[in-house]
Amino acid sequence: MQPVIITDKLTKHFGNFIAANELTFEVDKGEIFGFLGANGAGKTTAMRMLCGLLTPSSGKATIAGFDVYKETEKIKRKIGYMSQKFSLYDDLTVSENIRFYSGIYGMNNQQIRTKTAELLDELQLQSEAKTLVRELPLGWKQKLAFSVSIAHDPDIVFLDEPTGGVDPVTRRQFWDLIYHAADKGVTIFVTTHYMDEAEYCNRVSIMVDGVIAALDSPSNLKKQYATDNMEDVFYELARKAKRKAD
Amino acid sequence: MITLNNIDKTYNKGSVTALKDISFSVKGDELFGLIGPDGAGKTTLFRILTTLMLADKGEASVNGFDVVKDYKQIRNCVGYMPGKFSLYQDLTIKENLNFFAAIFGTTLEENYDLIKDIYQQIEPFKDRRAGQLSGGMKQKLGLCCALIHRPKVLFLDEPTTGVDVVSRREFWEMLKKLKRQGITILVSTAYMDEAKLCDRIALIQKGQILSIDTPANIIDSFPEKLYGIKSAKFSGVFKLLQDTRSYPGIASCFAFGDSLHATFNDSSDKRLINYLHTKGNSDVTMETITPGVEDCFIHLLKE
Amino acid sequence: MKQLIVFIKKEFLQVFRDKRSLLLLFGLPIAQIVLFGFALSNEVKNSKIVVVDYSKDAVTSQIIRKIAASKYFNIEQSMQSADQLQAAFKKGAIKMAVIFPANFALNLQHTGKASMQVIADASDPNVATTVVNYVTQIVNSYNGQLSSLSAQPLQIVPEVQMMYNPQLLGAPNFIPGVMALVLMLVCTMMTSVAIVKEKELGTMEILLVSPFKPLYIIIAKLTPNLFISIINYFIIIILSAVFLDLQVKGSLLLLTFCSILFILTSLSIGLLISIGAKTQQAAMMGSLMGMMLPTMLLTGFLFPVENMPIALQWLANFVPSRWYFIIVKQIMLKGLGIASVWKETLILLGMCVLLFTISLKKFKIRLQ
Repeated sequence: MQPVIITDKLTKHFGNFIAANELTFEVDKGEIFGFLGANGAGKTTAMRMLCGLLTPSSGKATIAGFDVYKETEKIKRKIGYMSQKFSLYDDLTVSENIRFYSGIYGMNNQQIRTKTAELLDELQLQSEAKTLVRELPLGWKQKLAFSVSIAHDPDIVFLDEPTGGVDPVTRRQFWDLIYHAADKGVTIFVTTHYMDEAEYCNRVSIMVDGVIAALDSPSNLKKQYATDNMEDVFYELARKAKRKAD
Repeated sequence: MITLNNIDKTYNKGSVTALKDISFSVKGDELFGLIGPDGAGKTTLFRILTTLMLADKGEASVNGFDVVKDYKQIRNCVGYMPGKFSLYQDLTIKENLNFFAAIFGTTLEENYDLIKDIYQQIEPFKDRRAGQLSGGMKQKLGLCCALIHRPKVLFLDEPTTGVDVVSRREFWEMLKKLKRQGITILVSTAYMDEAKLCDRIALIQKGQILSIDTPANIIDSFPEKLYGIKSAKFSGVFKLLQDTRSYPGIASCFAFGDSLHATFNDSSDKRLINYLHTKGNSDVTMETITPGVEDCFIHLLKE
Repeated sequence: MKQLIVFIKKEFLQVFRDKRSLLLLFGLPIAQIVLFGFALSNEVKNSKIVVVDYSKDAVTSQIIRKIAASKYFNIEQSMQSADQLQAAFKKGAIKMAVIFPANFALNLQHTGKASMQVIADASDPNVATTVVNYVTQIVNSYNGQLSSLSAQPLQIVPEVQMMYNPQLLGAPNFIPGVMALVLMLVCTMMTSVAIVKEKELGTMEILLVSPFKPLYIIIAKLTPNLFISIINYFIIIILSAVFLDLQVKGSLLLLTFCSILFILTSLSIGLLISIGAKTQQAAMMGSLMGMMLPTMLLTGFLFPVENMPIALQWLANFVPSRWYFIIVKQIMLKGLGIASVWKETLILLGMCVLLFTISLKKFKIRLQ
């Protein structure tokens, strides 16, 4: 296993406020890494630094072998991103969305055609290729959004609360897709508020007040906190947070 | 306190069905949960009950008042917290509270005992603008504003969406306290694990109610035997999932937390474990488990 | 009542916290006036004029000296005949000619009254009105001096003649125009956006579910905009007096009353737009397309309504700013009283009442 995300004392402050404090961790290729934390614990800040959207104040980090200070453009080619809030264009059709996102990553027409067919096939959306995304049920949209985010075969995909509000069956189908991608070697970096989803991850980190308060596999964490579910682990750690406001 | 009879609601001139033949009632002092994913019709139902929308068909009443005829009386006695954060982002906590108090013809002091516990948690930030609060604090402020006139019935539309576990637990604690003060609460959520915190729940999907009962009864009515399947080696979950699904006797199999939840077509079949071992999964164990509300929901969805 | 006051207070808080909108609200009229003002005063300063003096007596030379001393005029003395004048006007070499007939001082002493001719090139109506105004002012002040010196009342009457465009048609009497435009835009846009913002935010749901009366919501939303618009109105009046030397000739009270009426009409339109619009963008577009264009085109301050096709003239009658524009012109520029604007005022009042009633009726007590 070689790590695709390496951070060393990665820190970001805004004025006097330390949003993320000396984050040090590694994520291996093909790993599903759960990135948990209370609201305002610094998750978003950390994720933005890793995506190359925010320059760190100090510390080191490499993403897919590229430096977060100097090689952000190269990083962007190697990562995918999906969030619950923004993912697809409602007023474009399914295939137009796939074409658009693939086009952004510089795929040629031939590649785009192959990719579109492949994605529609995998999601069993062939009959809906010409449907406006607006008209799809939420669950399908989420699945499509995830597939589009890995259409350019990134090394790492960042998922920001991808399953909010979807029904339990769709949520599981969504995780099937995630497992499938991880199986093919894509590293998954995911945030979620569903604690049962934390159990689907190989390892989880829990951020409290800008620092990583715990980082281990779910089973080890549960053992350490003598409980049978991740929610208790999270609650124990996060309720000690002093930083109540964002 | 709340009754609904055969409520139908469609949008876009009937082309989109939001609610179909919804009937149920909520008793006084009850904490009633409406559990379902986005787009199930939860918000529409809330809007009909809070007199913001008219149903196409059917009748509904809140606190004895008809939602169509007596909408003015209803508006006096209900508290409502819509799904989106709906307070003035550019006003401070204090200003928001005073504003909503005045709108309902009361003052912050008058019903202070009711919101005291909640308000004290956000009081240190009372001069901060609402737009700069964290999710959990916004939610508490929203609850204070909805309670300020001591409503008889409280409608909370997805109050815990996007809020972390700690804030969610605190929030449900507050709801229990309010219930003890005699307030009837109708709350909706997309988090299935919150169902067990309600007195009674309605599972709702695509505008239809799948089941209404206490969480315990709903779990008891799960008709099949549920098995939890685990493998010692974590990284093989996807393979385990696929292999289990490929086994002929399996009716359904989903990943559930740290194990797979599976049901069989006929009776349980110990040969599954051998099958999984031959497929290359190591140390597979299988045991009977009690289903959760989420298992029930999945089961009801298939029907 | 207390509820209403709290609501209005909240509206003001929010308005004053939104620095960007405030800048736009007050910056817009100021920028308009200052821009127009500079463009105009540059043109009017040092206007070339001709003075033809057939009398050459003490009185005329005194007046001429005063005109020459003014910074607004440059007297060209080369021309003596009417033909030369005509040619100079045609070439655009001069803006105005002042002609004193023979025996000017004699007439004044014997009859107590003397007329002088003032001819202006009205192809640019603004400049024409301005230069004529300056000359009239100079003569008037001279009249005042005369009266204080002599026992009998003496009066010099300037007979003004506009060349090329005698009715000053199409005069971009831009102050009335700017007033109509700014007030209409600010009122309509701010009101519609303010209400739609509550819808977008979701607070409208809470307000509707509260026992707070819908009428109160409307009143509370309108009050800050009414207030801001009245301030804007006074800013325009003061700026145009300071920068453009354009004072309100008629009754300021009457003009203010009519302006408030117009403001209320515009607020009602904003209210109507907000009822239909779902997003702030839609409200903004509705206000711009629905109000700004008709105000610019059909009010008469860019193009005279009289010259438009019948259908458009007919349509223009439904644009409130058209009537307001007439009122402002009559009161502010011509100094006329209520007698000459009562009809327009009544029409505006009617529109205001009608629009407000419709929007009150249409204001939704539910979502959907």
